[in-house]
Amino acid sequence: MPIEYYIFLCLTLFSIGVIGVLTRRNAIVVFMCIELMLNAVNLLLVAFSKMNYGAAQVMSPTTTAGIDAQIFVFFIMVVAAAEVSIGLAIIVMMYRNTHSIDINFLNRLKN
Amino acid sequence: MNTLEILFYALSAFAIISATMVLISKNPIHSVLWLILVFFAISGHYILLNAQFLAIVNIIVYAGAIMVLFLFVIMLMNVKKDKEPQKQLWVKLIGVIAGGSFLTLLIALVKQNTSFQGRDVLLKEGSIGLIHPLGQALFTDYVVPFEISSVLFLSAMVGAVIIGKK
Repeated sequence: MPIEYYIFLCLTLFSIGVIGVLTRRNAIVVFMCIELMLNAVNLLLVAFSKMNYGAAQVMSPTTTAGIDAQIFVFFIMVVAAAEVSIGLAIIVMMYRNTHSIDINFLNRLKN
Repeated sequence: MNTLEILFYALSAFAIISATMVLISKNPIHSVLWLILVFFAISGHYILLNAQFLAIVNIIVYAGAIMVLFLFVIMLMNVKKDKEPQKQLWVKLIGVIAGGSFLTLLIALVKQNTSFQGRDVLLKEGSIGLIHPLGQALFTDYVVPFEISSVLFLSAMVGAVIIGKK
């Protein structure tokens, strides 16, 4: 499978996430779109890892080239899990204070 | 067109349609359910790339833990009752145009770039996605980031409790 197809797929998923962040007002949906962008990046990292592995495997069959990318994906998942717990705690706190999860409500810094 | 290509296209279409439905659906609970489907499609892609460890971790951590946390928070807040305020139509239109031009720009850049042409992704084969080589790399070369991430988890846990208690 050519690498370009994977790049196009991941770019499409990432752009859908960007459009979601720009167009929705519900804080939870915005947060979910950020998760979608993270996952698009993860998929692209794994695709590139297998591309480099396939190129290096021709030279030496026992190579572990490209394993770094999969470790990076693992760490991205770890950081995303921590980020989600904090982010949802912040959203719950915001809901408790304002009884709304509209992100347009958070413009008090402007005044 | 062989089986792998059919699987690739089917999983890609599934992922993109589900991702679009995340945006379109008005009810946030439906958004969460569609996003779980996106994660399953991406896990299918990982299995297609023979990254089996990441496929399982993706299902357990994302579809299992994180999305359940989202569902839990949504049901805790009972936000379905009061309708979500919508952005004005022109703001939505500008958002879609901005995202679409971002996508077209990046696709044009990738199409121009000659270093991606003729490079193939190795599907179905290769052992680097299995648990044994990944674990070996994780506990030899990457053991310091691994330990640091445990500190990150501890601080995230403490932070979540402190923010939630206020």
